[in-house]
Amino acid sequence: MNYNWDWGILFRDPYAGWILDGLGWTLVISLLAWVIAFTLGSILGVFRTTSSPVLRAIGTCYVELFRNIPILVQLFLWYFVFPELLPDDWGRWVKRDMPAPALTTAIVALGLYTASRVCEQVRSGIEAVGVGQRQAGRAIGMTEPQVYRYILLPNAYRIIIPPLTSEFLTIFKQSSLALTIGVVELTAMTRQIEEYTFQGFEAFTAATIVYSLVTFTVMMLMRILDKRTALPGTFSHGAT
Amino acid sequence: MIEMNAVNKWYGKNFQVLKDCSLKVAKGEVIVVCGPSGSGKSTLIKTVNGLEPINSGDITVDGVSITAKKTNLDKMRSSIGMVFQNFELFPHMNVTDNIKIGQLKVLGRSDEAASEKAAELLERVDLTEHAQKYPSQLSGGQQQRVAIARGLAMEPKAMLFDEPTSALDPEMINEVLDVMVSLAGEGMTMMVVTHEMGFARKVADRVVFMDFGEIVEDAKSDDFFGSPRSARAQEFLSKILNH
Amino acid sequence: MDLDFSVIPANSELLWEGIKMTFLLTGLAIVGGIILGTILALLRIAKVPVLAQVAAAYVNFFRSLPLILVIFWLYFLVPLIMGQPVDAFTSVLVAFILFEAAYYSEIIRAGINSVSTGQLAAARAIGMTYPQAMRYVVLPQAFRAMTPILLTQAIILFQDTSLVYVVGLRDFLVSAEIVANRDQRLVEMFLFAAVVYFVICFTASLGVKQLQRRFAK
Repeated sequence: MNYNWDWGILFRDPYAGWILDGLGWTLVISLLAWVIAFTLGSILGVFRTTSSPVLRAIGTCYVELFRNIPILVQLFLWYFVFPELLPDDWGRWVKRDMPAPALTTAIVALGLYTASRVCEQVRSGIEAVGVGQRQAGRAIGMTEPQVYRYILLPNAYRIIIPPLTSEFLTIFKQSSLALTIGVVELTAMTRQIEEYTFQGFEAFTAATIVYSLVTFTVMMLMRILDKRTALPGTFSHGAT
Repeated sequence: MIEMNAVNKWYGKNFQVLKDCSLKVAKGEVIVVCGPSGSGKSTLIKTVNGLEPINSGDITVDGVSITAKKTNLDKMRSSIGMVFQNFELFPHMNVTDNIKIGQLKVLGRSDEAASEKAAELLERVDLTEHAQKYPSQLSGGQQQRVAIARGLAMEPKAMLFDEPTSALDPEMINEVLDVMVSLAGEGMTMMVVTHEMGFARKVADRVVFMDFGEIVEDAKSDDFFGSPRSARAQEFLSKILNH
Repeated sequence: MDLDFSVIPANSELLWEGIKMTFLLTGLAIVGGIILGTILALLRIAKVPVLAQVAAAYVNFFRSLPLILVIFWLYFLVPLIMGQPVDAFTSVLVAFILFEAAYYSEIIRAGINSVSTGQLAAARAIGMTYPQAMRYVVLPQAFRAMTPILLTQAIILFQDTSLVYVVGLRDFLVSAEIVANRDQRLVEMFLFAAVVYFVICFTASLGVKQLQRRFAK
């Protein structure tokens, strides 16, 4: 193997700044997309478990549609196809005039896609809580929304903290897809460093370490959260 | 108080869980419903507060039909207490909050009033010292007593018990039955699905025997235990009593 | 806007080559990923000293990385290690196998753990060695239990292969994109790509559900 090592490159101007900028954009995409995914996913998850056949059907269709098309294709649909299907003025706004078109599109696409996965987690959480709890809530006269608000969701969220965390980490990793529509996030930045300096080894190592560190940090936080919210007398997933 | 008229219920097209069930429970009466497993008794009791919808027939509680469109089922349920086989306490709330939640969110009581009521009921089921514990920290018998307190907190007109002791270890059955006996003594209208024939004999006014979704026998407690008229009830009794 | 889908039949040959590439990559990555994943899982379950820790670290490490980064890594590394230019397919395939193995190993490990310890004890009791007990008693049950999840993972992998876009390997999506750009038919081609992926994945997921139902009986 013939390679000229130069680890110092990572700490030199402008490359150190690039990596930090890239991480910044990666976090912005991940967090905002997560807000969309969590909110919409929760609503859809509730839809899929309610007594209303219409709401259940809406939830099911959404999930099937969004999880059976590769996220990259979805990203292209939102970026290249969606504006063309709108009336001209609107399409121009989405393509060009709205703030940071590529970034916004990436956030929305990732958020909508992940919502279908969050929906399934929320649904399985609610189902794990059980029919008995639902009936017990109804038996003391709660309305269906009250049963969700006070009984089913507080328990369901506790159960699904670990899978929800891994969904968040999936978004975090998949935010790298934004580079395909020109958002220069962490992976794109290191790729750019490779192309400018030919020090691919160092550049990719930097990205690898940053992704791993963030992942392990999030996992640690998840364990703490899981322990904190665990009910007395039950085993939390993170506890040992 | 509770009146069921020709109630029918199917699961799917082919399986009929309830066949033409008719039943009356007068105010202050205690009715025990028994029968082999799969006979439809749990389904029957859950139709009374509409947890299990019915396909035909009618059920009225205190003169209000539960099948009528204009009936507010939620309000209706708050006036009928229910105790489940698996307790179904809310695992994320401590004992006191389990008893308070319905008072706060359904009856709209003040926190103070709800706490007072909860304390009073905990005293009554003899669990005052466990007020701050979580359900998973209690024994089955204790959990079931909390569940009864949760039902009573709504000041119900009637109480439904769906096999309240069948998930319990034998040594805990009596602590729950004692609470139920005293409740019956105070004149609470009760409908109880149970295999505890001792309890039935002691406090039930009438015993209803079900098999294959039908009410086979509906007799005064003494008559039922003295000389059940149907062969199926006789067979059932001999199975659960003779050992 | 005027849509013209005739661009699809006009380029059917190119698109068909792309689909074949997508399936080839998926198939080879599944086989490689399951083999490597099983080895990793067994090292951890058998608690082989040192190697078990290495396997655990491998799995956690790869699961913390974006697939795109892994593809870039191998695209850069494989030629460097071989000391000569290597075609994109080889480096991408290596990337997929290494990456997917981490996910497969977790599925397989869960499957093995779902087989009761009594089974292993019973197999050892009739004189089987540990590897024999694994091979003849535990693994067959485990693979049966995890077949639906393995298949679901295969559908995910099938979708993931679209990421070879970043190195320009001519899979289905890249072929569609080439046509889209050359003939200025972005809307038609990307809609077509979405429909094709959807039909394949949705049908496959229905099949998995059917299988699950059969297993549940």
